[in-house]
Amino acid sequence: MNYVTLDYVDLALAASLLLINGAVSVALSLGLARSLAISAVRMVVQLLLIGLILDFLLATVSPFWTGLAVLVMLGFAGYEAMARQDRRLKGFWAYGLGTGVMTLAAVLVMGFALITQVSADPWYHPQYLLPLLGMVLGNCMTGVALAIRSITGALTGERNAVEAQLALGRPFRLSTLPIVRSALKTALTPTINAMAATGLVSLPGMMTGQILAGIDPVEAVKYQLLVMFLIAGATAIGTTGAVFSISWRLSDHRHRLRLDRLTDIGDE
Amino acid sequence: MLSIRHLVRLHLGPIDLEIASGECVALRGRSGSGKSLFLRAIADLDPAGGDIALDGTGRNTMTAPDWRRQVGYLPAETGWWGDRVGAHFANWSACRPMVERLGLDPAAVDWSVARLSSGERQRLGFVRLLENRPHCLLLDEPTASLDEVATEVIEELVAEHCAAGGCCLFVTHDTAQFIRVARRGFLLDAGKLVPDGGT
Repeated sequence: MNYVTLDYVDLALAASLLLINGAVSVALSLGLARSLAISAVRMVVQLLLIGLILDFLLATVSPFWTGLAVLVMLGFAGYEAMARQDRRLKGFWAYGLGTGVMTLAAVLVMGFALITQVSADPWYHPQYLLPLLGMVLGNCMTGVALAIRSITGALTGERNAVEAQLALGRPFRLSTLPIVRSALKTALTPTINAMAATGLVSLPGMMTGQILAGIDPVEAVKYQLLVMFLIAGATAIGTTGAVFSISWRLSDHRHRLRLDRLTDIGDE
Repeated sequence: MLSIRHLVRLHLGPIDLEIASGECVALRGRSGSGKSLFLRAIADLDPAGGDIALDGTGRNTMTAPDWRRQVGYLPAETGWWGDRVGAHFANWSACRPMVERLGLDPAAVDWSVARLSSGERQRLGFVRLLENRPHCLLLDEPTASLDEVATEVIEELVAEHCAAGGCCLFVTHDTAQFIRVARRGFLLDAGKLVPDGGT
C-alpha cells in the first residue's frame, strides 16, 4: 500500500480552518466559540485515544480484549438509542430493549459476514470485526432509535383509536397493525434511501478511506457494497425487533394498551 | 346479569355492584371521581383487582376480546382509526335504521371522519357499539354533546336494549337524565358507590 502519511504539523495546519468557524461566531456573536473549542478538543482526544486502543487491539489479536471492545460498543449504542427517546419504557426496559435488539442484529449479521464472506483468520480478528461492527452498529442504532421513537409516539398519539378498537373486541395485534406498519416504514426508509444515493450524492467514508490508503477503487467498492448489505440486514432485524418488542411490552395478555409502562421524559 | 365483586383500581374500590338482565343503572359523580376508570376497569381495558362476571361467566375464563364484545364500553370521547366513517362499520346498511332514527344522514358512510362534529361522532360511536351486539352497555356520558331530540332517541335505544334482556351502566352529569334512564342510581364518591335517589 502506498499513501502519503500525515504528520502533526499537517494536522495543525488543517485545524487552523476552525479559526474561520471561531471568527464567524465572534463576529456575529453566536456564542458558539466555547462549544466549538470543546467539541474540537473532544474530537481530537477521542480519536487519538481510539487510535491507540485499536493499535493495541490489532497488535494483540486477543479474543478477550476484542470481545470487551464489542461489549463496550454495544453498550454505548444502547445508551445512545435510549438517549434519543422522549418517552421511555419504565425500568430496565428503557435500556435493555434497544440494546437487546441491537445485540441480536449485530450478532446475527456479523456472525454471518465473518464466517462466510470475510473469512478472516482468526474469525474474530479485530482488524475486520471492529470496523465492520462499528459501521453496522452505527446505522442499526439510528434505525432502532427511530423505530422506538415512532412506535411509542404513535401508540401514545393514537391511543383513542387503538382503544376504540380494543373496546369493540378487536385483538391488540389487529388494532395496532397500521401503526406497526408505519413505524417500520419510517425506520427502514433511511437505509433504503441511503442505498439509492450512495455513489451519486455521497461517497461513503469507508470507501474513500480505502482509496486514500492506496487500495484499488473497485476493491474498495466491493467492501463498501458488503458493508451496505450488512447495514441493510442489521437495520431490518434491529428495527423489526424493536417495533415488535415495544408493542409486546406495551400490551399484555388481556389485550390492553399499557401506556402506564412508559414514562415521559422529566417525570422519572 | 353483570356482577362485580371487590373491584379495585387505583383509588377506586373495593366496589360491589350487580346489574340484572333488563336493568339500567345510573351513575354519577364529580369530575375526577373515577367514573371513567370504573367503566374502563369493567371493560378490562385497565388492570383491576376483583371478580367480574357476566351471567356467571368470569371475565378471565374468556379472552379479553370476547369479554369486550359482550361488555361494550362507549368512552366519552370516541376513537376513530380509519379515514372514512364506513371503515368503522361491518355492515352499514344493517345500521341504517338506527342511523336514521338518530337523525344522521345515511350518506355519512362516505364522509371523512375528520369533518364529523362532536355530536355526529358521539351518535356514530353509539351505533358502532350497538352493531357489535354487546350484552351489557357501559356508556360514559353518551349524550353530552347531543341536542334534546337525539338525547331522547339514545335513551329510547338504551331502554329497548334493556327490554330485550340486555343491561346497562349509564354515566351522566344531568340530574334529570339520571332519574329518567334508571330505576336505581349510584353516586361515586371517594372511590365507593353510594346509593343515590337523584335528588
